Amino acid sequence: MFGNRWLSRALRSRPGFRRVGMRQTGRHRAALVAGVGAASLMLTVSGCAGFGNLGNQPGVTTITLASVNNPQMQDLATLLPEFEKAHPDIKVNVIMMEENDLRNATTKDVATRGGQYDVMTVGAYEVPMWGRNGWLTDLTAKAKADPSYDVDDFFKPVQQSVSYDNKIYAAPFYGESSFLMYRKDLFQKAGLTMPAHPTWQQVAQLAAKLKDPSQDRAGICLRGKPGWGEQFAPLTTVVNTFGGQWYNMSWDAQVNKPGFSNAVNFYVNTIKQSGERDPASFGFTECLNLFQQGRAAMWYDATSAAGTLETKGSPVAGKVGYVSAPVVKTKESGWLWTWNLAINSLSKHQQADWEFVKWATSKQYEQLVGQQLGWARVPPGTRQSLYANPQYQQASSAFAGLTAQTLRSVDPTHPGVDPQPWTGIQFVGIPEFQDVGNQTSQQIANTFSGGESVADALDKGQQIAQIAGDTQKREAGK
Amino acid sequence: MSTGVAAQPGRASATSDPGERPAVRTRPRYTGRRIGGIGVTVLTWVVVFLFFFPVLWMIFTSFKTEQAAAQFPPSFITHLSFDRYATVFQRGMGLYLANSAALSILSTVAVMALAIPAAYGLSVRRVGRWQDLLFFFISTKFMPVAASIIPVFLLLRVMGALDNLWALGVLYIGMNLPLAIWMMRSFFAEVPYAVVEAAQIDGASYSRELWRVSLPIVAPGAAAAALICFIFAWNEYFLVNLLTAVVARTTPPFLGSFVDGRGQFLAVLSAASTIAVLPVIIAGWVAQKRLVRGLAMGAVK
Repeated sequence: MFGNRWLSRALRSRPGFRRVGMRQTGRHRAALVAGVGAASLMLTVSGCAGFGNLGNQPGVTTITLASVNNPQMQDLATLLPEFEKAHPDIKVNVIMMEENDLRNATTKDVATRGGQYDVMTVGAYEVPMWGRNGWLTDLTAKAKADPSYDVDDFFKPVQQSVSYDNKIYAAPFYGESSFLMYRKDLFQKAGLTMPAHPTWQQVAQLAAKLKDPSQDRAGICLRGKPGWGEQFAPLTTVVNTFGGQWYNMSWDAQVNKPGFSNAVNFYVNTIKQSGERDPASFGFTECLNLFQQGRAAMWYDATSAAGTLETKGSPVAGKVGYVSAPVVKTKESGWLWTWNLAINSLSKHQQADWEFVKWATSKQYEQLVGQQLGWARVPPGTRQSLYANPQYQQASSAFAGLTAQTLRSVDPTHPGVDPQPWTGIQFVGIPEFQDVGNQTSQQIANTFSGGESVADALDKGQQIAQIAGDTQKREAGK
Repeated sequence: MSTGVAAQPGRASATSDPGERPAVRTRPRYTGRRIGGIGVTVLTWVVVFLFFFPVLWMIFTSFKTEQAAAQFPPSFITHLSFDRYATVFQRGMGLYLANSAALSILSTVAVMALAIPAAYGLSVRRVGRWQDLLFFFISTKFMPVAASIIPVFLLLRVMGALDNLWALGVLYIGMNLPLAIWMMRSFFAEVPYAVVEAAQIDGASYSRELWRVSLPIVAPGAAAAALICFIFAWNEYFLVNLLTAVVARTTPPFLGSFVDGRGQFLAVLSAASTIAVLPVIIAGWVAQKRLVRGLAMGAVK
């Protein structure tokens, strides 16, 4: 074209340049314009904001659910057409996220009053704090108004975990505790017996006998990966039963005090002597893989792991025994974690939100999952009636009874030897705990490689924890 | 191997009668240079394989079952299926891909449309205080995005622009524009001024001088800058994760959603990742053709 003529003249030796360049440029430009035009048109057609609102219909209330990605929530998403069939005026948009992403996104949303999400899956750690801040809708009246919903059917500790000041701020959808899993066949082969209520000392001795480096098999798998929800979920339950705690009733940190220190020393030494290699990279998923592949004789972790271990095709299905969480000074030391459906107090469709929350946490939903997807896939750990259901008992006979027993007996208000000023077993119910737990677990992870002593790690943890403790003291003094 | 000189038809006919076997068959001669060349080729393939292996492994894993994917040491003989791909599309990946494509294409086009004249004005036809302006553009990248996310979030909330692809597009333009301006400026700086002068002598307007004369010369650079902007927009995770909910969600947070704290997810995550990298590979391939053609023209060098 015009410009390329000058270019040819300036360069003096490009005979084919003008023709080729012109044709290619024209074709390229046409393709570009077509692409941009198509993208803009599609975007405009989809309502200007994005493609996610395709399918929204006038007269239908659309509610947005921010959910953690776990198998139970995936099943819920699969069964949503059943809800929408029964409620044709409500459409549920589900957005699934990884646990930490969900925590970031929903915390930012409720704290800044963004109002992007109507319903959220909120963990037991956040529900009391968010309820106190007024970020969640009080569901007490709604839940108790409907007798068929049977709010008292939820395990009492589970109800406590979603309550603040005797008000229910979320509906429990999924609950889990922790227990000890062991390979029955390996115990039998070694001539060992697992006590029904083992102590941690007994478990450490058994682990030392069952480890087998020639088979690349650990005696026990315990989480060592840094993170308040990874390493400190099992470790805090060990601390509790050893008589330690994060804070006393005056919010003085207790991290380098004897109870806490003895527990961490025991935990680290057990892993070093009989645990997995490279423990600092082992969290729930890594231990699950190790145990499922037959490369660990015992594993202390979430009760929900049993479903994966016993699933069809699992190499260890039928070979695993389950006993209560090991103890030292307390009668019980299992943890309590729940994923709950909570309604954003800023949501503009409170009634539609509640209709959905009620449906997803009802007995009828459990029946629906059982009939359509199988009883082993019913969200466990919330309703006592599920554990009386013969079909569920049959599907999960290896671990259902123990799970129910543990969920009845744990006490999130007083899990350790001494009283504590928060509700929660394996976490401290204050916003700063995520940071305190993350930093302290990093220090403890350093001790696995011998880079730091446990005493030094806990001294640093004490300083970190006390800063958060001082904040609580100031708030209590206001 | 038939690498000897006699095996080459041209040489054979020149040294012997037609239809006859050459009397003396020359033996292959591997000089040090040739051996070195083969060594470099082999080394290149080894390095390419090492770099490509994780991608290959991801594709292989996407066809396994979750249990097989988690197995260690890994097994190469296992049941393979497309089930994980079916799961990914059941979860609605199409909408996320559409959002990603619209956002990446539109923001890249807008960035290049703004960056090309801006860079021209900072290199060939320099405006006053052009160095200060260049510094200003790059200074917008100094602050970490995390430090500005809450004000941005609040601003968008007030404007009612949360979970909106257009709002996100404006942010992506702001994110990529300084980079594109700096890149394009360095390419324009290489344009021989004689070319521009020739256009000016013939009476070309300012815009013709830019779009018809200078831009074709830096087309390879423009393709590279556009490709980088496209990749950055396609892969952006932080902003889209925090500023969108459902409507404007893109592919990266969708990939993250497959990480399951209570289960096995490697195979399905690999399937989703394999699909997600395809558009980037296609964009790279398209840009590469442009790059090669531009270099062959060779006005700049």
